[in-house]
Amino acid sequence: MNRTRTAWLFLTPALLVLGVFFIAPVIGALGLSLTDYDLYALADIHNLRFVGLHNYWDLLQRPLFWSALGNTFYFVAVGVPLSIGASLGTALLLNSPLARMKSFYRAVLFAPVVTTVVAVAVIWRYLFNTKYGLVNYGLAELGVHPVDWLGDPHWAMPTIIAFAVWKNFGYNMIIFLAGLQAIPPELYEAARIDGASAPRQFWHITLPMLKPTMALVMVLTVAGYFQLFAEPYVMTEGGPLQSTVSVLYLMYDDGFKWWNLGVASAVAFMLFGVILAITITMLRLMRRREPA
Amino acid sequence: MGREGEAVALLMPAFEREHPDIHVEVQELPWKAAHQKLLTAIAGDTTPDVAQLGNTWIAELQALDTLEPLQPWVDRSAVVQPADYFAGIWATNRIGGALYGIPWYVDTRLLFYRKDLLKAAGFDAPPRDWTEWSRQLAALQARAAPNHYAILLPTNEFEQLLSLALQQGEPLLRDGGRYGNFESAGFKRALTFYVDIVKRHEAPLLANTEVPNPWTEFGRGVYAFYFSGPWNIGEFRQRLAPSQQDDWATAPLPGPHGPGAGIASGSSLVIFRHSPRKAQAWLLIEYLSRPQVQQQFYRLLGDMPPRRSAWQGDALRRDPAVQAFRDQLERVKPTPPVPEWERIVTEMQLVAAEAAHGQLTVEQAAAEIDRRADAILAKRRWMLDRAHGQRR
Repeated sequence: MNRTRTAWLFLTPALLVLGVFFIAPVIGALGLSLTDYDLYALADIHNLRFVGLHNYWDLLQRPLFWSALGNTFYFVAVGVPLSIGASLGTALLLNSPLARMKSFYRAVLFAPVVTTVVAVAVIWRYLFNTKYGLVNYGLAELGVHPVDWLGDPHWAMPTIIAFAVWKNFGYNMIIFLAGLQAIPPELYEAARIDGASAPRQFWHITLPMLKPTMALVMVLTVAGYFQLFAEPYVMTEGGPLQSTVSVLYLMYDDGFKWWNLGVASAVAFMLFGVILAITITMLRLMRRREPA
Repeated sequence: MGREGEAVALLMPAFEREHPDIHVEVQELPWKAAHQKLLTAIAGDTTPDVAQLGNTWIAELQALDTLEPLQPWVDRSAVVQPADYFAGIWATNRIGGALYGIPWYVDTRLLFYRKDLLKAAGFDAPPRDWTEWSRQLAALQARAAPNHYAILLPTNEFEQLLSLALQQGEPLLRDGGRYGNFESAGFKRALTFYVDIVKRHEAPLLANTEVPNPWTEFGRGVYAFYFSGPWNIGEFRQRLAPSQQDDWATAPLPGPHGPGAGIASGSSLVIFRHSPRKAQAWLLIEYLSRPQVQQQFYRLLGDMPPRRSAWQGDALRRDPAVQAFRDQLERVKPTPPVPEWERIVTEMQLVAAEAAHGQLTVEQAAAEIDRRADAILAKRRWMLDRAHGQRR
């Protein structure tokens, strides 16, 4: 009995903080999403109407919401594999016994993660400028016609994806590197004695041993990439033709630009639902593949 | 806000010398954060005494019932003379017949153009109406090098199309701001004119995020016309080579038939309703409204004064580049005074950009803008109807 009470006593501060700064705001936002809270309601609370699920219903009928969702899925579906592939690839290279100046390269490859998005985005905008950009200059040398990277609705999202992958892969690279270093070298030794080639070693030792790391990285990256916002905000402002508006960008516009906090809260909960469903599915799939 | 905050701090010592009992505390806000900070201040009931407001925000803050009506103060004032102000600018501060702000500085969008390029295309003067403008754009484009254009109209800036739309007779909203009026013949005429320029490739399909340095490009002749505001006078003087300074000039906007209207934008000074120091606040507004102080302010920043008498100062009278602004300021028009306006005009430009990209016809675009405007105004209609019901 006394132990239980002591346990609660120790838990109380954490629960209090969690309650005040997480649970209460979430419940508040859920309530807000059922109203038409806007500028007029801020002026006079009598202008607030309870609208039930109307905000959600409206969103489902709003083409921009669907295209924002589509853009976000596009970003996640292409960005996450690319990002994880780049992280794993560079981690393998860094972990190779042949690599020299490891700490130097590790620092360089990690550098984009600690740079400021806004500052880097300015440089990327120059790199991808149609007329003066280094990228198109390089393409022209190869005889390729210049591409309007950030101005063509078909190219803007790929450019944003490239930017996000470059900016973020270093973080996962460090996690993978730690995972790789934790694999006992005896396993590779045994495999070499058995005559396994390098690809087979990768497939039968490295990947299975990295599985827990991979699961963690996948969940974190998917959840993070669904919250795409800063990249389009600074690179394209959602344009051209709203082809880079993500769900979070839509929420920001509705909530903080137009002060329709009711609608914005509904967007937030829709996104929360999507991320939750996908994360649960991913975890289930991974668990099922694990031998019992 | 922004640079104005720094400059106004320099004007304060003189005011405090005149009124030793008043001490002014200036709080500077960056423009990008200002709107949000103001709304937060209102929610938290910590509004200042006096504030600078972009004149499109006045309707919004008035809807929040936070602004002091200023007509009684103006009636008693010897300094603030409504007749001395440009009428279009003064009108942006009136909502539902009451006055909520005193114009502080003004801006309007017009044409910067390359005299030498226009001359080479066979024109001695800037256009006065749309027909002439179209002819000049076509002639400039015919002579332009590859990837050079007659004019720059960034697809994500609404001011250009809005200027053309304000030149029409019809209002942009109808029934007291209850519904959009974008399917009017006038708006469709403006949209057609705008879209046609892009369709004839006289303007590139670019957003301003893709034009990092419009000044240098204007200097290189990538654009012969540049549709922008007064702050660019300083930018061009600073950024273009001295040898090029005689090659550019400004011109009032051409209208459908002769000189046209323009946007009446700028900032106003307001007093918050909850201020306990309204009399002192008004003294400060009066001080900042004096023609001499406005001239001083112009010299500090280049922000143009809203009073005709302030334009008598040498700095303004002797500067040829500002004369086009002076001329157009007589014809500027306010946008509809509804709190939802900024959102509507943003949607207008999003749809217009789709039309410029060729994804919608002008008819479809106009109908779509009306549809979106009506949806945005739904709550306003409900409010107006309810207020009407209560009065009855």
